[in-house]
Amino acid sequence: MSRVPEFAARHRPGDRVRVRAAAPPGHVRTPWYVRGKSGTVERLCGTFGNPEELAYNRSGEPRQPLYRVRFRQRELWPDYRGRDHDTVEVEIYQHWLEPVSTAEREA
Amino acid sequence: MSDEERGRLHHDMGGLPAGPVERAEHDYAPWEKRVDALMTLLSRHGLLRVDELRRNIEGLGARAYDRMSYYERWMAAVSAILIERGVISIDDLGRKMAEIEAARRQEPAA
Amino acid sequence: MTPDDHGHAHPHAPIDDDAGGYYAVMQQAVQELLIAKGIVTADEVRRAVEAMDERTPALDARVVARAWRDDAFKARLLADGTAACRELGIEMGPTRLIAVENTPEVHNLVVCTLCSCYPRMLLGLPPDWYKSRPYRSRAVREPRAVLREFGTEMPDHVAVKVHDSTADMRYLVLPRRPEGTEDLDEAALAALVTRDCMIGVTLPSSA
Repeated sequence: MSRVPEFAARHRPGDRVRVRAAAPPGHVRTPWYVRGKSGTVERLCGTFGNPEELAYNRSGEPRQPLYRVRFRQRELWPDYRGRDHDTVEVEIYQHWLEPVSTAEREA
Repeated sequence: MSDEERGRLHHDMGGLPAGPVERAEHDYAPWEKRVDALMTLLSRHGLLRVDELRRNIEGLGARAYDRMSYYERWMAAVSAILIERGVISIDDLGRKMAEIEAARRQEPAA
Repeated sequence: MTPDDHGHAHPHAPIDDDAGGYYAVMQQAVQELLIAKGIVTADEVRRAVEAMDERTPALDARVVARAWRDDAFKARLLADGTAACRELGIEMGPTRLIAVENTPEVHNLVVCTLCSCYPRMLLGLPPDWYKSRPYRSRAVREPRAVLREFGTEMPDHVAVKVHDSTADMRYLVLPRRPEGTEDLDEAALAALVTRDCMIGVTLPSSA
């Protein structure tokens, strides 16, 4: 029995990741306000068909790992008026995430 | 350069300035509930994916997106995807809509 | 493909509702075409409407009330929301439920900035405001101000955590159990839990 093809999960809870700053046209489920921002992987939600492909009635395979990524509000909005410990958690597909290097993390 | 000029799409509105949240709610009209029912049934029958519907709505253009109501957008998308997939034809849909309009005009308002 | 024939036994039923206009006509036309092609039946459409009408926040309120009374259920709910709801006969369909717990230190708020994703299988159809531009834009940017508009004031020491449903997860806020409700049974507790507190814009009322 063949399994549904999927990409292997590259990130784990606690990993720092950055959302790529790309701006393709089409059906993209990575909101603008997190592009180019860094956050922390809260969990791997599972693997799912890629909505960018499903939007055109294609199979969406290989399936993409989907993560919940936690962002600090202070890092998303320069003028955030809430509290330091406020966060936003967003579901982001793996192909939109890149690891934050140790050097960058410590900068 | 504005976000739009850099490729931000109109529906992708998280973080943009906006006015107060209007809390008044409306009961859904029967036709609106039937739009929802069609979406559910067609998706269950594998005749469309919600991702296709979303893609269509996102492509409506800023003016249409803002002026159309929620279920108007979804109904437009259902039709567009059924046409795209060849489930119904533009011609059949146009003729049927014209018949219904004509019947509506002939019947007294309830 | 032949144009629609007029062999059907009845004329078009009059539009039975307010205006709707062009898109209500389109809805009726698409439905009739699909029925003529045998893709759906009128009965299926009617039953689908009824099924959604039956999904009220009352179902979801039972989930919360049970979690308040039963620590083991609450643990299962927080670990796997979909499976826990299934225990109460609620099926999430293709989406997955994540229950997020309000605590003395954390308050949760749910939004879908990109469209209007909402835990429909639990709460039914979302309210207009949840789908509106002001809510979708501002809930991620200034959640405390949005909460204030709903009459909910968050103290500084409480972290506000916003969940943006951008993919296949759906969220249920598990509010804090109000003070003085120790003696209430599940039904009485469920009565305190509104849709708005399961989205996270309000808190449950006290007993």
